[in-house]
Amino acid sequence: MDPNPKRRMDSPDLSESNRFSPFPDEVLERVLSLVKSHKDRSSVSLVCKDWYNAERWSRTHVFIGNCYSVSPEIVARRFPKIRGVTLKGKPRFSDFNLVPPNWGADIHSWLVVFASAYPFLEELRLKRMTVTDESLEFLVTSFPNFKALSLLSCDGFSTDGLAAIATHCKNLTELDIQENGMDDSGGGWLSCFPENFTSLEVLNFASLNSDVSFDAFERLVSRCKSLRILKVNKNITLEQLQRVLVRAPQLTEFGTGSFHQELMPRQYTELESAFSNCKNLHILSGLWEATGLYLPVLYPACDSLIFLNLSYATLLSGELATLLSHCPKLRRLWVLDTVEDKGLEAVGSSCPLLEELRVFPMDPFDQDILRGVTESGFVAVSYGCRRLRYVLYFCRQMTNAAVATIVQNCPGFTHFRLCIMNPGRPDYLTNEPMDEAFGAVVKTCTKLQRLAVSGLLTDLAFEYIGNYAKNLEALSVAFAGSSDWGMQCVLRGCPKLRKLEIRDCPFGNAALLSGLEKYESMRSLWMSACNVTMNGCRLLARQMPRLNVEVMKDGESDDSQADKVYVYRSVAGPRRDAPPFVLTL
Amino acid sequence: MSMRLEEHDYIGLSEVPSMENSEKISISSGLNLKATELRLGLPGSESSERDGGHEVEEKNVFQLGGVKGLVSGAKRGFSDTIDGGSGKWVFSGTGGSEVDLAKSGGLFSPRGVNGGGKSLGVGGSESNSQQSGMAPNVVKEVVPPSPKSVPENNPQISAANGHGNHGIAPAAKAQVVGWPPIRSFRKNSMASNTAKNSDDADAKLGSGCLYVKVSMDGAPYLRKVDLKTYSSYMELSSALEKMFSCFTIGQCGSHGVPSRDGLSESRLMDLLHGSEYVLTYEDKDGDWMLVGDVPWEMFTDSCKRLRIMKSLDAIGLAPRAMEKCKNRN
Repeated sequence: MDPNPKRRMDSPDLSESNRFSPFPDEVLERVLSLVKSHKDRSSVSLVCKDWYNAERWSRTHVFIGNCYSVSPEIVARRFPKIRGVTLKGKPRFSDFNLVPPNWGADIHSWLVVFASAYPFLEELRLKRMTVTDESLEFLVTSFPNFKALSLLSCDGFSTDGLAAIATHCKNLTELDIQENGMDDSGGGWLSCFPENFTSLEVLNFASLNSDVSFDAFERLVSRCKSLRILKVNKNITLEQLQRVLVRAPQLTEFGTGSFHQELMPRQYTELESAFSNCKNLHILSGLWEATGLYLPVLYPACDSLIFLNLSYATLLSGELATLLSHCPKLRRLWVLDTVEDKGLEAVGSSCPLLEELRVFPMDPFDQDILRGVTESGFVAVSYGCRRLRYVLYFCRQMTNAAVATIVQNCPGFTHFRLCIMNPGRPDYLTNEPMDEAFGAVVKTCTKLQRLAVSGLLTDLAFEYIGNYAKNLEALSVAFAGSSDWGMQCVLRGCPKLRKLEIRDCPFGNAALLSGLEKYESMRSLWMSACNVTMNGCRLLARQMPRLNVEVMKDGESDDSQADKVYVYRSVAGPRRDAPPFVLTL
Repeated sequence: MSMRLEEHDYIGLSEVPSMENSEKISISSGLNLKATELRLGLPGSESSERDGGHEVEEKNVFQLGGVKGLVSGAKRGFSDTIDGGSGKWVFSGTGGSEVDLAKSGGLFSPRGVNGGGKSLGVGGSESNSQQSGMAPNVVKEVVPPSPKSVPENNPQISAANGHGNHGIAPAAKAQVVGWPPIRSFRKNSMASNTAKNSDDADAKLGSGCLYVKVSMDGAPYLRKVDLKTYSSYMELSSALEKMFSCFTIGQCGSHGVPSRDGLSESRLMDLLHGSEYVLTYEDKDGDWMLVGDVPWEMFTDSCKRLRIMKSLDAIGLAPRAMEKCKNRN
């Protein structure tokens, strides 16, 4: 790291920079420090050398979408003043068990470099990384000013690591632990927060299974007056919830515990009044096992609700309808498909401001059941919620006509993720492929950034995508396509494509190689259970030295097939920590 | 970006918007590609159950060897662009949402320009000849073991489609790994949710788990166990011992293998006699019972929570249990 404060030493041509940059560095840096967006900062850094330097000296937060695309040393060299780091590791399909354990993305080597380069690091946000307890302990000893830790979909650590954080981080403001593959050996970690610790603003332990000491928890909430986001796990009962809520009426985001307990009338009223005292509640989640019986306690707090996450509450249509009638300002809603089409009709009629809807399946693996939601629920929502721009919809049947209607009603989609749960299912009324459905989506929704397709699809669907989806950045494909042509259309036609993940499709080497020059402008490509061979991958690797072409081998299959291929651009060269089952070609 | 793809299209299909034309090209190239077709099946067999679009596209791979001029031209163009300076084109599509690696920062351009340029410019011609030499190799390698690869994907798909799947037990239905794309946390939560929803905490058998709270007198916090993961009192007992071993004085768990058939009774008798603790449970009616009296299935049906009680507190229960034991023996 360059300790020399005179940055001009970096740019040798002083006269040149004088000519083009009328501002002194200090002014430029001050202005640039107000630029927060990563995309904007990258654009700024490309203007000229002076701006590049001013930007790198004023950047305080760095976002790295693929931890293997760059090395911690390179980051430390370029950005001397980082206080917050966001890192993403494994390919997204690792969330669905498609990546074997011990694949990599270990945070430790990053922490070691950061310990010397950024001793005043405050924030670390990790997604799909491997984090061990040792790393967490190293973190607490290396960064005395550490404030915010967020772990989403990570693995490798246990509640012992959390105990270390709670014990030693004197200035902690955020502890956000979400859906990780972690070992939960007890709730004792929460009792490790010292009695004089008061700085917590964000606490999320909703996905932990063990009981915490309620006494310790209650005391913690009482003394942390700045707490604004609190998400508890399902072991916290309604009675305990009430006691917590009265101590934290300032919360803006609240995740309840189990919403099912036999309450006396007095307790019920107390709970209701606790909710009504929360004037600033914008986001509500948790609600495990919620039933119509106890939902009414929420009504007083629903007036300001913007985001309601009911995806763990097995509500029925009537219960949802009643609840939603109290939430006029709702913009984001997550539900389970137990609410069925009727429930979605209620969404359409009660939530005119809705922008995001996610419908999760209660029983994803039972392919024979006829429950859940169908195309009519989705259509009903589209008639009532014209501002819809983000949808994630799990269903068992869909028609081309329904999707065409939906996008006609809601042309503003930016994220369209449709999952017809039985692979390769055609339009159930006409028996035709679902090509026209996705054709309608890409033709009508010109702002589309993210698309996930499903159902029976031929190459025609991909032709449509290639021809029309000019703003598409992320595409997810499974059990679709007829030939290499499909994938070629996408690679050729989508100029802004950054992430492409494909599984179980008949795309082979020709398709893979047609994207030769495209991959360097993308973050990554994933192809698994396709028709790509080792030779095809070797060819790609040889032609594109700045790409890492990695093949993960299954034990059983034959040597010429490339079972899982992960291709990504990198300035750090091939991985040095690859496990034996990952071959870098 | 797309412009460049048209100019230097690797497979020479730059002006070709449709499948039709690609067929024309492969035919007009004059190469006898049928013999060297890259297929997944043995020569002459169909490569997949989808239409023969496969065959046409695989032919295109071999144009790499055939259409030399176009290909090496493409490579030179590529390296020219890099040498041409800004290297910015490489990452122009990112929108810069990652650490920006392009341009004059000198982060990679030296490596890129020299390393990349070299391997493409010089290696370009080398790899051309390699490709034409390679094509036959590819065929040879693929053909012999290929019959295996075709069936691999299909059974999963057809099974998942539900063809003839109706008679299969629930566990077998989740045949396709990672499909539907649901995260593990949600999968596990839903499983326990299904169990809990059928008639309060006394979950019916079938899918799901049955988590009950386990408290131990004197311990600072409680644990939860899934009764479905055990099939006998002995398993439950040893699991609980392990879980709470940090709180006992070490008297539990150091007994030999119970030899008698009444495993539950003997184990618990040992606990009763040998240690300070007794395992009890609260049943559907809210009564506290000694664990071990009823058959295991009946126990899991009626158990709402467990409590590891100090023997001194359990004195009321013990004599009855001892009597029962005596009667049985």
